[in-house]
Amino acid sequence: MLRTIRFTLNGAPVAVTVDDARRLLWVLRYDLGLTGTKFGCGEAICGACTVLLDDAAVRSCAVPVGEVAGRRVVTIEGLERDGRLHPLQQAFLAHHAFQCGYCTPGMILNAVALLLKKPHPSRAEIVAAMDDNLCRCGAHTRILDAIESAAAAGGAR
Amino acid sequence: MSAGGGVSRRDFLASLGASGLLVLFRADGLLAQEPGRLPARQGYPSDFNAYLHVGADGRTTCFVGKIEMGQGAMTALAQLVADELDVPFESVDMVMGDTDRCPWDMGTFGSLTIRQFGPVLRGAAAEARAAILELASERLGVPAAQLQTRDGVVSRTGDAAARVTYGGLVQGKRIERHVADIKVKEPAALRVAGRPAPRKDAREKVTGRAKYAADIGLPGVLHARLVRPPAHGARLRGVDTSAAEAIDGVRVVRDGELIAVLHERPDVAAQALARVRAEFDHPAATVDDATIFDHLVTTAGEPQVLDASGDLAAGEKLARSVFERTYLNAYVAHAALETHSAVARFADGRVTVWASTQTPFGLKSQVAQALGLEAERVRVITPYLGGGFGGKSASRQAVEAARLARLVGRPVQVVFDRAEEFFFDTFRPAAVVKLRSGLDAAGRIAFWDFKVYCAGEREATSFYEVPHRRTASAGGWMGQQPPGLHPFAVGPWRAPSVNTNTFARESQIDVMAAAAGADPLAFRLAHLGNPRIVKVLRAAAQRFGWAPKPAPSGRGFGIACAAYLGTFVAACAEVAVDRASGNVRVERVVLAQDMGLVVNPDGARQQIEGSVTMGLGYALSEEVRFAGGEVLDRNFDTYRLPRFSWVPKIDSVLVGDPAAPPSGGGEPPIVCMGAVIANAIHDACGARLLHLPMTPARVKAALAHS
Repeated sequence: MLRTIRFTLNGAPVAVTVDDARRLLWVLRYDLGLTGTKFGCGEAICGACTVLLDDAAVRSCAVPVGEVAGRRVVTIEGLERDGRLHPLQQAFLAHHAFQCGYCTPGMILNAVALLLKKPHPSRAEIVAAMDDNLCRCGAHTRILDAIESAAAAGGAR
Repeated sequence: MSAGGGVSRRDFLASLGASGLLVLFRADGLLAQEPGRLPARQGYPSDFNAYLHVGADGRTTCFVGKIEMGQGAMTALAQLVADELDVPFESVDMVMGDTDRCPWDMGTFGSLTIRQFGPVLRGAAAEARAAILELASERLGVPAAQLQTRDGVVSRTGDAAARVTYGGLVQGKRIERHVADIKVKEPAALRVAGRPAPRKDAREKVTGRAKYAADIGLPGVLHARLVRPPAHGARLRGVDTSAAEAIDGVRVVRDGELIAVLHERPDVAAQALARVRAEFDHPAATVDDATIFDHLVTTAGEPQVLDASGDLAAGEKLARSVFERTYLNAYVAHAALETHSAVARFADGRVTVWASTQTPFGLKSQVAQALGLEAERVRVITPYLGGGFGGKSASRQAVEAARLARLVGRPVQVVFDRAEEFFFDTFRPAAVVKLRSGLDAAGRIAFWDFKVYCAGEREATSFYEVPHRRTASAGGWMGQQPPGLHPFAVGPWRAPSVNTNTFARESQIDVMAAAAGADPLAFRLAHLGNPRIVKVLRAAAQRFGWAPKPAPSGRGFGIACAAYLGTFVAACAEVAVDRASGNVRVERVVLAQDMGLVVNPDGARQQIEGSVTMGLGYALSEEVRFAGGEVLDRNFDTYRLPRFSWVPKIDSVLVGDPAAPPSGGGEPPIVCMGAVIANAIHDACGARLLHLPMTPARVKAALAHS
């Protein structure tokens, strides 16, 4: 059903008039021009499209945009503050915790959600929380190291 | 051939040519930058201006036909330029894979970027520096011999007045000066290469600003979804697109076999495609993932001998025990997280295609041919690739986007969904290795008879010293011969041939070591002469803490070694096998590598970690299921990639001699993964796995057998 959906995107209010069944991924990428959120599998398996919805990680390829009405969405573009990288972005950069970079936005946002919920997770808890995000290049060990170091340095904010 | 020092660029290029590599050089660099007048044979231009531009702001832009797919070429090539040109690494900007702006390149594959193209780029930068030095000498009125270059500045030591910046001197213009026979720097003189460098792509990739082909937003773009056959070999019988056309804003285009629905929104185009009624004649499936191996052996033809010495019959007579094993590996997908993507715009008789491709120049020719255009009317731009691994050497999606853009008169985006990605993937071929070998009374290898079907020839010939030996191969990794061999496309997958050949060879070595009651490392060393292989084996074993013991020792330790592309690798692994479930957990892997000079040690370690992790997949879980030409795996729910919880502790050991020329590092570290895990499984529980991937069911079956 075509309707106007209002929500908070990266801290600012937005309104889109679209079919409310439309997946959030397509609204972000093609209605709002935020291409940092990636299409990987289309079936909520790989995690490349992960964004934050009210601080929880969700797969935007599976979320109808109608469900985000009145809520807060954060994408990879919304993590930087005044040109300062988010601690997890900084940690991924410092550890070279990526290769092709395609899964990276989803990885970082999934990790942000983890640290918001649990600021000092154990290595095993990080592994469990990240396990459904796929990376083909094999940056896994560095991603775990990056999250661990960001957690040690003060967490998600 | 030495890339290090003391060899002029010209000599180096000549030696490349003499080594039989496909590298052709043209005298006229200017002409080489004008694609329309290019001859059929292309090569790297000799004019350094094709690669380098010094801006008035002092920043250097480097143009290369290579692409960045995660392997770190952007960073390592910038390191080479910074060193030879004497400019800060931070001041080098890379432009990659744009066929209008970058000099021709064959493509980014085969770990050639540093090994083969690196010397070309270094030579260009060295000559540019020499030309700048001459120009500065004339400007300053100081003999060149008294001038030095450092950080983009030419100066005379101790003379503050005699100083000019590259930017001030060159002013963003072409450098109309050429200097013959300039030598690249000695390894010891390198300041940037040989040390870890921060990745050039890091900031863009952690902020989401990095652009991939599907991220190129063009005004008026239409998203296309194409009608696809249900199976390779299926023929379209009829199609009814009326229900799709009824959707507001949907356009349907048909051009021969190409049938597409287009819409301004990708999801609406997908909905429209779901309403297309297409009927296909579906050929009966004749092979599947269980019967494929017999099919390959009977269809591939008689293996052709690649290498032979001694006398196999005499070797068999010497042998006290003979070991006959057949090794199998399944088809494996590339499964990059980014699916094949492209956006094409057709305007004023010219087409521009932004594509996820490992071969922008090859794609340019393909698009020109498909559209009946002269090559000069086609431009391919390659943004970042979301993974390649050999799978993006084929770029069907980009040709489709270009054709459609011309047909509809608007920009068109084609992005494969995951099912299309699996369907059109050029899989690593399923393959069979039949191996017979024997041990003599002294416990030495008496003979070695290696026949490989369908994996290809690379590294099929063993480096172990065996008096009586033969290596033969049928069917290559491109799957060219004979037609009908494979039910779908196959092609290059990270280290073509070598994963299969290494799995078979290194497993068989362990089979014999166990029969001889010998420690697997000692058994290898007793049959090895090449000091570089010995060196990596010893380095891996030492870091791992390898204590000699015949297998199966119950410890779950495995070892394997390989050589590929001038790089030498050895791996040790420790695994735990759950006998009840058949599940294998890889606890740790040590990977030692000798790749000569390491341009970016941190980049090399990233490639090793990535290879070990990716290699877990083809070793343990990855296998394409199919029935005839129908690919049954369509997403990551059934096709299982390695995940965080599988990843072992990975320790990389770089042992190369920095005075040796740099060789490839993107592929060699993956090739041991099948054998090192198979050998570790055997050591853990006595079960010998001969079939990749080593799924829990196969492990249990092998346990029941052992």
